[in-house]
Amino acid sequence: MTKWHDLLKEEGKPPDWPYPIRYEEEQEIETDVLVIGGGIAGCWAAISAARKGATVALVEKGDTIRSGAGGPGCDHWCNVPANPLSNVDPDEWAQHMAESMYSNGIGTQIQCREDYDALLEMEQMGGKLRDTGDEYVGAQGRDEKTKFMISPRYTRVHSYIPGSQKPRTFKSNPDQKLNNVVIRVWGTTFKPALKKECQRLGVKIYDRVMVTSLLTEGGIQGARVVGVTGFNNRTGEFMVFKSKAAVLAAAGNFSLWMLNTELAGYNTFRSRNSTGDGVAMAWRAGAALTLMERTGIMMLGTGYKHTWYGGAGDASYENVQLVDANGKKLPWPTQGWADAGAMRPTPEDMEKISRGVQTGEYALPFYGDFPAMPDIERRATWNLMLGEESTTKIIIDTYNKAGFDPSKHLLQNYNFIEGTSPSQWRTAGGGGPVLDWDLKSTLDGLYVAGEQTFSAGDHSYAAATGRYAGRKAADYSQQVGEPKISKEQVALEKARAYAPIKRSDGIEWKELHAGIARAMQYFCSEYKTESLLNMGLDTLRDIEENHVPRLYALDPHKLMRSLEDLSLLTHGQIILQASLARKASSRMLNFFRIDHPEVDPPEWNKFVTVKLENGKVKAGELPLTYWGNLKDNYEAHNKDYQGVCKG
Amino acid sequence: MAQEKVYAIPNITTPNTPVIFNPDICNGCNQCVEVCQIDVFIPNPEKGKPPIILHPEECWYCGCCVNDCRRPGAITFNWPLQQRGYWKDKSTGKVFRA
Ligand SMILES: Cc1cc2nc3c(=O)[nH]c(=O)nc-3n(C[C@H](O)[C@H](O)[C@H](O)COP(=O)(O)OP(=O)(O)OC[C@H]3O[C@@H](n4cnc5c(N)ncnc54)[C@H](O)[C@@H]3O)c2cc1C
Ligand code: SF4
Ligand code: SF4
Repeated sequence: MTKWHDLLKEEGKPPDWPYPIRYEEEQEIETDVLVIGGGIAGCWAAISAARKGATVALVEKGDTIRSGAGGPGCDHWCNVPANPLSNVDPDEWAQHMAESMYSNGIGTQIQCREDYDALLEMEQMGGKLRDTGDEYVGAQGRDEKTKFMISPRYTRVHSYIPGSQKPRTFKSNPDQKLNNVVIRVWGTTFKPALKKECQRLGVKIYDRVMVTSLLTEGGIQGARVVGVTGFNNRTGEFMVFKSKAAVLAAAGNFSLWMLNTELAGYNTFRSRNSTGDGVAMAWRAGAALTLMERTGIMMLGTGYKHTWYGGAGDASYENVQLVDANGKKLPWPTQGWADAGAMRPTPEDMEKISRGVQTGEYALPFYGDFPAMPDIERRATWNLMLGEESTTKIIIDTYNKAGFDPSKHLLQNYNFIEGTSPSQWRTAGGGGPVLDWDLKSTLDGLYVAGEQTFSAGDHSYAAATGRYAGRKAADYSQQVGEPKISKEQVALEKARAYAPIKRSDGIEWKELHAGIARAMQYFCSEYKTESLLNMGLDTLRDIEENHVPRLYALDPHKLMRSLEDLSLLTHGQIILQASLARKASSRMLNFFRIDHPEVDPPEWNKFVTVKLENGKVKAGELPLTYWGNLKDNYEAHNKDYQGVCKG
Repeated sequence: MAQEKVYAIPNITTPNTPVIFNPDICNGCNQCVEVCQIDVFIPNPEKGKPPIILHPEECWYCGCCVNDCRRPGAITFNWPLQQRGYWKDKSTGKVFRA
């Protein structure tokens, strides 16, 4: 009796809404530092700001205990060149990473300098990062002294595709030893430890609260950020937060092109809560954004299938050889010591495999050959990597319970048989606010961290940038005067946010979502021209003017989903505007304009920026390495950096 | 046999049962309700009973509800039919499915 309709039958009526409804109530909270999003970056920001003595409020849409992409776990602490087993210099590694076009040099430098410190702090909080139980003695990469387990990933270059980057000798590693820049960790322990540390430090956590807008001084677009509005997605209570500094850490948008709202958890890779709210609110407040025109093609979870099931050949399946149905080895990297953790075949090998499938040389389906692995490597991959990676834990538990034995059984892979055309399945490609060396946006009082930054990295990047943004925001909060909130701006936002609950008929969030996704599929996919992009803007404007005013929500949860749609709508508009502003094609941005076919012409090798000024879209540009010398600037901005927190 | 009452209710979403609760083991502590970032569940109106599945189609299959439950067997994951994985015995060639 745990399904809604069971209860209906039992009680003769649907269950009552289980939480008190408080649409009419309002809370006002004052804090030095406000953190938007309690994922990895947000928790770290809150912790480091609190350690600096600031009062901190952390606002999270779900529950901080397991929320965000990193909530369930993490198995790779990537790009940690400052670890004692590393053979490369952190600054040289950062420079190497930042050389790839449209990267985020500032975030990368911070990650490479500080994510080892963050890792040690993670351990202080109760996170597990060493093989203290000696479970994996004998596994390659395990160091007996530190009990760290190095992953084969990036042991040659920062890349997943063999040969996609020129082989290079690092000055700091002239003998070409393995770089050893990625550590295997027990990341299922991380998120609860972070929440506990926030609580221990007195961070005020507001779980189940969706932030809906940034408040600016005098309500003026482009002015200093002085707070946010939000509402509790269980009770509907309205919340106004007044802050001296805010850290935006609400991550990205993974469902803008996704038509179907059922089964979507598989397709979106990130959870449904990832809807681009952060970018939408920064845009409305007047922050400059960049790389918004970039899109990524979703390789994961396309076609309603979850490739974390993949048997081999993606993320955590280290050292697993992919074989065909007859046991023949495929020219597919094993993501292991043999190929420095490479995970995707070269284009030539991919072509060979495709042809082989057609001619019968390679029989479908493919399998991950776990039985062929040395026992210790197999255990490290199955129990540690897949066990800790994240959403994979429940997957391997399911297999184990169903009788799968990796020493005897081949795990099926779904390449080819799931369909090979991912073109519809896109995701916003990691654009975000323009940042300076304090991780400050172009708005005073607004800092940015984690996947909310443009060209963000991964879990350890989120941790390091969150930790950094938190301390910079705390410093700023100690220098500025009292924030003043515009009552008018709050009232306007409340009217916008609560409009859907005033109606019980019209258009529901799922239909609105599909309508927006369809517009993006038609007008902002592989066929981009000025007129198609403008048709996209017209369609979204039509949706905004004629359908959003009919949006209705029957309870606070549906109100949250409805407001997320409005974020998606804004996010779509920003992407279209940025796409119009870039009048050239670019391979690195996965951005191809039929009317501007030249790919990466030198004069367009720059960041295009967009922002709202007095309600009007303004485009601008920044040089590709606008951050200057990474090492010098990092050092100039962090003279007082204290390293690992003591206790 | 008494005719069961039939209600007019909309189609049920897909998936609709991401997890299965065992009411004999679950004590209704609602820990799973709290760890779910999506709010797939709501507490059962009757105290001590397993939660109600309210938003199953929003589940992202993270597994946290099952992983974090402290009462073994109270909640088990129930993969939607089309998502169940396959494997093969290397020596016999027999194919299995989760
Ligand atoms: C299945 C999976 C496996 C992964 N494995 C690894 C790995 O092994 N190693 C690795 O390095 N990386 C891994 N990653 C990536 C890593 O988890 C992310 O890079 C990292 O979590 C990003 O941190 P973040 O804080 O920027 O975003 P998140 O952790 O996603 O946090 C963002 C938070 O903001 C909240 N939020 C959003 N909008 C609002 C709003 N309007 N109001 C309030 N709160 C809001 C969200 O609820 C969320 O909790 C994995 C990701 C996934 C999905
Ligand atoms: S399934 Fe487990 S966590 Fe959920 S209510 Fe029951 S006992 Fe508590
Ligand atoms: S698997 Fe994750 S999203 Fe689904 S119900 Fe459980 S906790 Fe919620």
